[in-house]
Amino acid sequence: MKSLVAVLTVLTAIVALWYAACVPMNIKGVLDAAERAGSEVTPATPKMRRDMSAFGLVANNTFAIGETWAQERPRLPAPHQVAVELWASTVEKKITSKRSLIYHAQVTLSATLLGFAIGTGLGILLAVGIVHSRVMDMSVMPWAIVSQTIPIIALAPMIIVVLYSIGVQGIIPKAVISAYLSFFPVVVGMVKGLRSPESMQLDLLKTYSANTSQGFWKLRLPSSLPYLFASLKIGIAASLVGAIVGELPTGAVAGLGARLLAGSYYGQTVQIWSALFAAAILAAALVSLLGVMEKLVLKRMGVRV
Amino acid sequence: MGLVMLAGLVWCLGWWLNSRLANSPASKTRAVQLLVPAIFGITVLVVWELLVRGLDVSLVILPAPSVIAARFAVSVPILWQDFAQTILKGALGGYVIGCGAAFVTAILVDRSDFLRRGLLPVGNFVAALPIVGTAPILVMWFGFDWHSKAAVVVVMVFFPMLVNTVAGLRETDQMQRDLMQTYAAGYWQSFFKLRLPAALPFVFNGLKISTTLALIGAIVAEFFGSPTVGMGFRISTSVGQLALDMVWAEIVVAALAGSAFYGLVALIEKSFTFWHPSQRG
Repeated sequence: MKSLVAVLTVLTAIVALWYAACVPMNIKGVLDAAERAGSEVTPATPKMRRDMSAFGLVANNTFAIGETWAQERPRLPAPHQVAVELWASTVEKKITSKRSLIYHAQVTLSATLLGFAIGTGLGILLAVGIVHSRVMDMSVMPWAIVSQTIPIIALAPMIIVVLYSIGVQGIIPKAVISAYLSFFPVVVGMVKGLRSPESMQLDLLKTYSANTSQGFWKLRLPSSLPYLFASLKIGIAASLVGAIVGELPTGAVAGLGARLLAGSYYGQTVQIWSALFAAAILAAALVSLLGVMEKLVLKRMGVRV
Repeated sequence: MGLVMLAGLVWCLGWWLNSRLANSPASKTRAVQLLVPAIFGITVLVVWELLVRGLDVSLVILPAPSVIAARFAVSVPILWQDFAQTILKGALGGYVIGCGAAFVTAILVDRSDFLRRGLLPVGNFVAALPIVGTAPILVMWFGFDWHSKAAVVVVMVFFPMLVNTVAGLRETDQMQRDLMQTYAAGYWQSFFKLRLPAALPFVFNGLKISTTLALIGAIVAEFFGSPTVGMGFRISTSVGQLALDMVWAEIVVAALAGSAFYGLVALIEKSFTFWHPSQRG
């Protein structure tokens, strides 16, 4: 309860800061518009205003402060503008409409989930191989670890174009990017998890004369699940980033990344911010969905937190 | 066809060599532990080369490693310029500012229990969001040059670093803090002599996570607009011209820069936290 109050206070402070930041960020645009509309503005010409600091302009033109939260194309849209745009483009638009954020989110989400499923599946398989084969462990594992320190997302534009040139388009190229971004965290986490049983426990299974596959299903796999879920959460966030970045290079027409790009081409800041929030909400929803699944699975397995 | 069979042969040979090494009594030594992944890497490169040549794969789809190496050797000046623009200015500048700001914020937050309760969940939440998405906004605000890339990096590294540092500063237990109090140590004395050293493993964890994030942020931000230099710019324009050997050369640079950056931070960590169990092994 005490934490909730604290979190709410911090969130309120962030929103308040945001509103305050809108004033100096947008003041120049507001004053230019006001001058064109014939209002009295000090100093009078855009050239003189350019040399003044934003705070000086605010102090001289206090009448314009209200306007800074209501511009059509502000440099920094106010929170309520973003909220209104989010509401308008999710609830009020038909889902099939090209301007509905739900439509774009669903395009990105399907690529994310497909890629995540492929990446996770392959990652778990490789981890099983690594745990059971010394050669694979020594040859592949160092590369899997190194791959986490390099920005492999830089491959994204090339994958899109190469797959396009051999005739693969649509959801698959984005899913490939999502897959390899979620692949490596899952491999590393799962190997750690499959190795987590202590030698006492492994020895006990040996005294029961359990073979390797029994040891895997009854001991290694169950004890790896907490590690698996931790890396799944990292993996799905990376998958979403991959799908969004995968929409950039081809100038895709649909998806949250395409919304971001279109917004930045046409200076539609409110559209950029609402796409950004949609992506954030999507990421939060996916991660917390995994969190709920983790709780349910671990509870069923008798883990007490 | 001969080359394809040769590729298969090389693969089997590499695998056989590695399994001999891995199952030999010497497999615990440091040299073998470095040799095995190296053999694996070289085998993959050779097989790649042979397959591309043997199956006549078009250069547009997958250039052979030798072609990439040749392109790399020819375009070192361009690659260096891109490296300086993206890594040295954008990523490193943002990394220093972002991690510094997060560290100072963490110290301030740590003084108030209320703030810590409020900020930690928010920070954890934000650290999981696709923050690269702020790139178009920041490019709009700070212009096309490296300043906007540094800004993206600042936003990306801030929260992971903040969360880790705050967690680290809580690492000391009541007994240790009481001991400092019986020594009549002031806040800053106990901070520098007890709590900061105890927090260092967490701080370095944050710094290490941030190295990768910094490179990702700096490169991806260039996809949204950049001057005519920079790794992200070169990747996106070379992809447009189907000059994939250049793209691969840039990716090699990114990989080298990423692992060197991470390695450097890990080295510094080793010299600062030599006392920690994870480093004594």
